[in-house]
Amino acid sequence: MPGDGIIREPMLEIYLFEATQLMEQLEEISIDCEKNRKIGTEAINEIFRIMHTIKSSSAMMMFNNISVLAHSLEDLFYFIRESKAINIDFEKLFDLVLSGIDFIKGEVSKIENDCDADGFCEPLVLKSSNLLQDMKEANGVIIKDDVRQKKEDTKYYISSYEKLGTEIKQKYFARIFYEDGCEMENVRAYTVVHNLKEIVSEMYHVPEDIIESDDSVEAIRRDGFLIGFSTSTSKEKIEEQLNGIIFLRELELQQVEEYPLELKALKAKIQIVLENPITEKTIYKEAILEETTDKLDTNKEEVGNIIKSGKQQSIISVNISKLDMLLDLVGEIVISEAMVTKNPDLEGLTLDNFNKASRQLRKLTNELQDVVMSIRMVPVSTTFHKMNRIVRDMSKKLNKEVELVIIGEDTEVDKNIIDHISDPLMHLVRNSLDHGLEDKEERIASSKPPMGKITLEAKNAGGDVFIIVSDDGRGLDLGKIYEKAKLQGLVTKPEGELTDKEIFACILLPGFSTNESVTEFSGRGVGMDVVKKNIDSIGGAISIESVVGRGSTISIKIPLTLAIIDGLEVAVGTSKYTIPITSIRESFKPKENDVIADSEGNEMIMIRGQAYAIHRLHRIFNIDTEVTSSNKGIMVMVEDNTKAACLFVDSLIGEQQVVVKALPTYIKKAKGIAGCTILGDGNISLIIDVNGILDR
Amino acid sequence: MAEIIDEIIETSEDTQKGKFLTFSVGKEAYGIEIKFVTEIIGIQEITEVPELPDYVKGIINLRGKIIPVIDVRLRFRKEPKQYNDRTCIVVINIKETSVGLIVDNVAEVINIDGNNIVAPPQIKAGFHNRYVRGIGKVGNEVKLLLDCDKLLNDDELDKIAEIV
Repeated sequence: MPGDGIIREPMLEIYLFEATQLMEQLEEISIDCEKNRKIGTEAINEIFRIMHTIKSSSAMMMFNNISVLAHSLEDLFYFIRESKAINIDFEKLFDLVLSGIDFIKGEVSKIENDCDADGFCEPLVLKSSNLLQDMKEANGVIIKDDVRQKKEDTKYYISSYEKLGTEIKQKYFARIFYEDGCEMENVRAYTVVHNLKEIVSEMYHVPEDIIESDDSVEAIRRDGFLIGFSTSTSKEKIEEQLNGIIFLRELELQQVEEYPLELKALKAKIQIVLENPITEKTIYKEAILEETTDKLDTNKEEVGNIIKSGKQQSIISVNISKLDMLLDLVGEIVISEAMVTKNPDLEGLTLDNFNKASRQLRKLTNELQDVVMSIRMVPVSTTFHKMNRIVRDMSKKLNKEVELVIIGEDTEVDKNIIDHISDPLMHLVRNSLDHGLEDKEERIASSKPPMGKITLEAKNAGGDVFIIVSDDGRGLDLGKIYEKAKLQGLVTKPEGELTDKEIFACILLPGFSTNESVTEFSGRGVGMDVVKKNIDSIGGAISIESVVGRGSTISIKIPLTLAIIDGLEVAVGTSKYTIPITSIRESFKPKENDVIADSEGNEMIMIRGQAYAIHRLHRIFNIDTEVTSSNKGIMVMVEDNTKAACLFVDSLIGEQQVVVKALPTYIKKAKGIAGCTILGDGNISLIIDVNGILDR
Repeated sequence: MAEIIDEIIETSEDTQKGKFLTFSVGKEAYGIEIKFVTEIIGIQEITEVPELPDYVKGIINLRGKIIPVIDVRLRFRKEPKQYNDRTCIVVINIKETSVGLIVDNVAEVINIDGNNIVAPPQIKAGFHNRYVRGIGKVGNEVKLLLDCDKLLNDDELDKIAEIV
């Protein structure tokens, strides 16, 4: 979600956020389960819970296709859980679940882009019911409540509200206690409700919000689960069904004329809501409103009882644009702090107390800055885990066995950067899988373990983060790359003059591909170019190492944050410029006769046997300066990934951490300028885009 | 609630309606609709940005916000003039873009009735006609009312930006 300030309905906003998160969670669990070829009770319950939440919230928001799909998937896991099924075709099951996830994700992104969620879920639902059937047959179980499939209750949990005509309906009241320590009371209670729905015409239960509220577990443990319903089914049958509940400790079933008080209150409330002939959404909202007021009341009684709910509430989600604003503000505070404490008016005065206070202020602002930066830091784990899915899908399609090893997923990176590395990572992983890893036969022939291995690693090193993608595949063939690059006119130098690194760097060039055939996943020679562009845009660098037959390693070096960089302040005439430290190799004072010029006046300098071009900043930027002769100024050698050159400036001012600000959009892009920053004295310094200068 | 807010917006628009900030560049007096004007500041240090058209003097730091400044004199192809203590930067905000306009001096805020605004004469050769939306009559004088939108988002600038 870009911080474009579009205000959606808060309900929808929450729904989208929740759905995306749940889908990611579900994906992770599914891939995990599939990998281990088993599905634990925990996992089932978790999947069940996710599916249920998706189902009910989608139904609430009237995204019926999502909710129907979620329901059918829920049925599957219901069966697995209830029948303790052993014969499960994991591949089929999770293929289905994952395509279900894809479908829901697709719909959610449609909704996010203000389109209608109009995808067809029928094929998937059909598949899922077929699978359910298959599973039932495989496990030799006949479950009677097959009919459930057809009746989909998505409106509200007062069941389908069927008018059963003249049949006599009896009102019943049941109180259910579960065995101590059986856990997940609320989910169990929900299953009861779910099962009863089919045979009752109206139903009320306490606690009301079984699944959504964490308090319900406590309440059920303490007071039991109360249900009131009316049905035409005989008491015996109901009793039979209720007694079938697992972990049941005590069941109290009475035929009653009127529901007990607790339930009556509930009934009155819901009926009022239902009588309103307005749209579902408003009904929902009112119900929520009332629920919350109700909750408030109950909360008063059981303040001491809230134990588990704390964990969820300690995390809030904040719009990223607000964080950006906060970061800007803090940046300004840092600047104005320097403006005050280093004010020229204070020079020459003895200010013991002032200095003490300003030191305190400095300490606090630094801390503030650190905290704000840390807020924006997110672990790379989500991005990494997305790769699980890619590896799984591709290894299936390509028929290669692959293991993905993830190291250092807790490494934190600025949110902006995370957004930029997701695509490159995907390309790299795909490349490794498609080009890097060999077929099983080939691997066995070269006495490697049949299962390929891709390692995804993240680690901190100083102010940078390294993200390393390595595989134990066939590696990159230097000669082949060089030939291909030459054939495509990407290199001109003879092979001997290029370092291995330079040759490997060829694969980053647009249009380069060593793969003979274009496959579904790669081979068009676009991927690596995208990788490079994305990494460049966040000021990162890529390096490639490879040994033929042993595999290749691609390391991406990215800065921790985009917002603050280390820069070298330089002066040219009256202007000040900032050169990012990361791109500076060295700076030195040249002797007059070091500088040579060719016939066209292009200057260059020999350093340790290599010639580097000289770019005079005052010429490039057209600035008047008195320092023009090369022995008066200073050379700063800067490097891009592959190129290096010297920038000629008047003088160095010093090294400084600067807060990067974008140039006003009105100015659009000035070539060679990456942005600007405000110096301690309030002046503006332009940040040099080394890449742009070297491309001249 | 929404109605009240609408009303507030309406009234604030009402009070701004027909009000113009007048300033002079060279001999002419110009007017600019007050609703576009954010503030007026004295001339301050301008950081040059390379490769921009000459009338974009550079960028300034306005309390942590970085905004570009345009010299209106140069924009209208007049002789450049040394800045002095009368020189002002009028910060205007149009469609979320803040820009500073360097003008010789700022005069006052005046009311110009809709009746007293006439369309500019159709002279094709007239260069800065393009930026004049109308001509306002105030007593015996006339003020050239600028079209801020055109002043900022002119095709000419786009072309230059493309070359850059």
